[in-house]
Amino acid sequence: MAERSFAREVEDLKLREGEIFRGEGILAITKALLQSGVSYVGGYQGSPISHLMDVLADAKDVMEDLGVHFETSASEAAAAAMLSASVMYPVRGAVTWKSTAGTNVASDALSNLSSGGVNGGALIILGEDFGEGSSIMQERSHAFAMKSQMWLLDPRPNLPSIVQAVEDGFQLSEASNTPVMLEVRIRACHVHGQFVAKDNKRPTYTLKQALENPVRDVNRIVLPPANFIHEKDKLERRWPAAVNFIKEKKLNEFFGPEEGEIGIIMLGGMYNGVMRALQQLGLADVYGNSSIPLYVMNVAYPMIDEEVVDFCVGKKAVIMVEEGAPEYIEQTMHTLLRRRDIQTKLHGKDILPLGGEYTAPVMMKGLKTFIEMYDRILLGNQPPVPDPTPILNDPKVKALAEVVPARPAGFCTGCPERPIFAAMKLVEKELGEHHVSADIGCHLFSILPPFNIGGTTMGYGLGPASASAFNVEADKRSIAVMGDGGFWHNGLATSVGNAVFNKQDGVILVVDNYYSAATGGQDILSSRAINPNRKTNNSIVNAVKGIGATWVRQIDRTYDVAKMRDTLKEALTTKEKGPKIIVASSECMLNKQRRVKPQFAKAVKDGKRMVKERFGVDEDVCTGDHACIRLSGCPSLSVKHTDDPLKDDPVAAIDNSCVGCGNCGEVSEAAVLCPSFYRADVIHNPTGWDRFVSHMRNKVIGWLQARRAAGRIVFAD
Amino acid sequence: MNETVNLKTLIASDKPLTLAILAMGGQGGGVLADWIVALAEEQGWMAQSTSVPGVAQRTGATIYYIEMLPARDGVSPIFSLMPTPGDVDVVLAAELMEAGRSVLRGLVTPDKTVLIASTHRSFAVGEKEKPGDGIGDPTVVVGATDFAAKRTIAFDMDTLALKNGSVISASMFGALAAADVLPFSKDAFEATIRGGGKGIEASLKAFNAAFDRARARPRDEISASPPKRFDAMPETAGHPELDRLVHRLRAEFPEVALPLLFAGVKKLADFQDPAYAGEYLDRVGQLHALDRANGGEEKDYAFTVQSAKYVAVAMAYDDVIRVADLKTRGSRFDRVRKEVGVKQDQILYMTEYMHPRMEEVCGALPKGLGLWVEKRPKLFSWLDRRINKGRRVQTGTLFWFLTLYTLAALRRIRRGTLRHLRETEHLEAWLNAATPLLSRNYDLAVEVINNRRLVKGYSDTHARGLSKFDRVMSALMTLSDREDGAIWMKRLRQAALLDENGIALDGALKTVATL
Repeated sequence: MAERSFAREVEDLKLREGEIFRGEGILAITKALLQSGVSYVGGYQGSPISHLMDVLADAKDVMEDLGVHFETSASEAAAAAMLSASVMYPVRGAVTWKSTAGTNVASDALSNLSSGGVNGGALIILGEDFGEGSSIMQERSHAFAMKSQMWLLDPRPNLPSIVQAVEDGFQLSEASNTPVMLEVRIRACHVHGQFVAKDNKRPTYTLKQALENPVRDVNRIVLPPANFIHEKDKLERRWPAAVNFIKEKKLNEFFGPEEGEIGIIMLGGMYNGVMRALQQLGLADVYGNSSIPLYVMNVAYPMIDEEVVDFCVGKKAVIMVEEGAPEYIEQTMHTLLRRRDIQTKLHGKDILPLGGEYTAPVMMKGLKTFIEMYDRILLGNQPPVPDPTPILNDPKVKALAEVVPARPAGFCTGCPERPIFAAMKLVEKELGEHHVSADIGCHLFSILPPFNIGGTTMGYGLGPASASAFNVEADKRSIAVMGDGGFWHNGLATSVGNAVFNKQDGVILVVDNYYSAATGGQDILSSRAINPNRKTNNSIVNAVKGIGATWVRQIDRTYDVAKMRDTLKEALTTKEKGPKIIVASSECMLNKQRRVKPQFAKAVKDGKRMVKERFGVDEDVCTGDHACIRLSGCPSLSVKHTDDPLKDDPVAAIDNSCVGCGNCGEVSEAAVLCPSFYRADVIHNPTGWDRFVSHMRNKVIGWLQARRAAGRIVFAD
Repeated sequence: MNETVNLKTLIASDKPLTLAILAMGGQGGGVLADWIVALAEEQGWMAQSTSVPGVAQRTGATIYYIEMLPARDGVSPIFSLMPTPGDVDVVLAAELMEAGRSVLRGLVTPDKTVLIASTHRSFAVGEKEKPGDGIGDPTVVVGATDFAAKRTIAFDMDTLALKNGSVISASMFGALAAADVLPFSKDAFEATIRGGGKGIEASLKAFNAAFDRARARPRDEISASPPKRFDAMPETAGHPELDRLVHRLRAEFPEVALPLLFAGVKKLADFQDPAYAGEYLDRVGQLHALDRANGGEEKDYAFTVQSAKYVAVAMAYDDVIRVADLKTRGSRFDRVRKEVGVKQDQILYMTEYMHPRMEEVCGALPKGLGLWVEKRPKLFSWLDRRINKGRRVQTGTLFWFLTLYTLAALRRIRRGTLRHLRETEHLEAWLNAATPLLSRNYDLAVEVINNRRLVKGYSDTHARGLSKFDRVMSALMTLSDREDGAIWMKRLRQAALLDENGIALDGALKTVATL
């Protein structure tokens, strides 16, 4: 079950012809898939396309009505392999993942898929995690399109264009027998806009029909001699077919005047930014009218040579706007212009930055430079350009840089992973620092303050594998951390299997929080929930034992910091060789709260006896050293200034968002910090016995307290 | 070419209204953005919002960005997916430092930006984790936002929302309505909330409270650090022993030291008894005499004032007895009830997380016995193995209450305990290091007194504090004859408070060594 329910959004998937869809980009894509008569959808969750997966998971009824098969793939590789269904059969399939991380994982299947080619439309929706807010390496998906000769769409970032691109993508795929990738950047995935809906379409040819009427053709399989035929087919038939389709259907767009001294070529995804930059330079308006000819490549790959040539001829210069490095398209254009001996000057990353996000100011600066070089007169009457630099250079604002704190991502309130890393820090204090290989997932926040643990991260499920070189005689062992998401994605074979087989003498810590938590809390194989559509509750411990691990410890309550610490210590010091695997399990608190809170409220309402726990700090006892915070970092554990004139430093304080996980108490106990923490248990709907016992206790305690207070000679407060 | 020029005249001058929301995960920035978009669409405008949640959805800061324009037939506007610095009409910051961040990012400019900010603080981990006071100075933010914004509406929208049973997004929406920057009526804003679905009544309540507040008093005053509480000295305290203390204060000490001295007397009477507070006055009195003899008057008796503070802190050390005493008081039970918000028909129990070690037990023993045990490491560690473990102490049950209550009663013999001996030795060594400096380097003597700030915490933390104190004091020889010795000493102390392991302090000490 995902972090968010999409019950309301599912209603949007049912919109009929002519109705207005209003919502997020990624949901518009989901609707577009159904409008295109897709037969099956798969994928692997991750920002920015998690919502696509989540909404489909919640849309079981709609999908069943349409006869669409939806699958939560085990990995991007599994998703890509799923597209194999479209190789021989006229069924449309779509898969989705986060790129380039997911495309890397999927590329084996993608290479095979595009080599043999497809019969039914195969569409890969790439959530392009590039620029601000990205959590992965900054690379371009474009390279995958080029190397496998798959087509890459990069539509203008508005809902009608994106929806159109989905439909065009399937047709292009079918017209050229080639899988098509559709790239949508983070902001476009989350953009709120509107488009006019169409009716959903049932697939014309169903998977059932395909399954019952199998077809095979060895020429579509990547084996000699077919693989050589594929290469020829790609270059001589499929490529021209794609070019023709793109030209005829006018997938790329031209705006602005037909003639001009200069022109701007851009990827579709760059369009809104370029337009804003031109607007600020007084060369365009907010409705898309431009004084400069524009060529918008909604198809990033393949490049349509004739369109480029037509656009360039007769112009002094053009500039190519493509984000990210390297400048693949600009390079291809140079080759084209040189081969055709066209003298139009081509600019791009000689003026615009090589890397980084192309924000409106970046583009405005670049375009201004370009226009000044060739057609200065255009800039004649430009309005004043927005410029915050005088403000930013003021000492008052500069002083802010010292004060405004960074806000690194961290574990949520009550996160069960926090005590694991608190325990690791305690072990470090005893045994010294260790080499820690991290993985992908929430637990990676441990590399940030306050924990500062973890040296490398090589990929999803690769944490332990990335420690495999350290399988040598030494006084210390390596520690590798991997989440349950990574474990099932790739880690069982690639990391644990590898470690067992090679007798890797390190510690493998599997952080099991019952969900693929970092991507929004989707269920995975070892989830403890009962999911009617999936088989869950498969034990990680059994899995690792099944492939030969012998030293395996299961900790079923990560909040037990002392046990966590002792187990880690044992793993680091035991004489036993081979991988030492600790499976540390506790439910993701974000998901747990979402699950438990309504249950608790209902039980209280029904008059059941319920105990609510939360933590607090005795201000008088706290001395303001903040050691507890350095071992926790819980958002609900904060500090506050005190009005006690004898105290200099702020004291610890726990706010109302505390969920009573107990970590701060356990940590202060295990690390022998201080006795300021207390847990408050509030009994809702106490029983008669509760009330009686409490009454008796309070009587005795109250009497003793009053007695002592009376004997104390103190100033009135 | 002519065509281009002609086209230029066709260019419309419409500019979208732009809003940026800076919020942290869980603050409902997305809800606020959705409301604004829904409001605009309902009023016949075209609107677009974007955000970059990514991993920032956990505890990081996220920017939501909205553009809107009145709809026009036959054309659809092209909205930008990200704010252009210097071109934002409204910035909504859901926390004070996020308001600062919006200025740093160039989103707030005096020619156009209305800044709507909540002044409450949600501290970043970098501010919280410092062993000292790492909290950023809010006045710097106010200075910058006042300078950068065309107009500012800033008050604590978080507390206001909570008071009205809602969350900050609702109160910020109210402040936005009151700001008169969107050309929509208040009714339209309210209709948007009603159309939203969940928690409508609470949201409306918070919305209206914020609307009224923003109209009546759009700004909160913000000061650097909240004021300390200095109680007025009473004419009579209701007990002859206390009255005697007050009388001594007035008779023996300069006016300037009285607020801290009274705070110290109060604290120590509470910590031990009025006689102990009297001992405190004896000590500070001696220090004051030295202060006066060394021209302290010219320095506003800085030495006396700081001694008044830190001698009290040193004498009210945190021992087992103190902790047991604080944990069992009736006033503490009441405070917890209030903090946790226990209702009449509910029952509260408290569980304390304690981890006593043999060190603490030894400290609470009479000094002869404590020393005797300490000198027998085998016995000590045998006992430690039995004592040294985490204990969950349920103060609301009779067994545990009586245990702590009895421990607290050891107050009577506190003066004879090993811990008291140790604390007194440390106190005297520290004061003995400071007093000879008075004649040679007054300012440095004051800084030596201030170094007591480094000693805090329990067990390991306490040990670390002591070691930092010792390391800072180790520079005393080098600094005692330098005119800037006090400045250096202060810098060393500040460095010691920067990080847990004293890395910054090591660096600072190396610098001092080269002087």
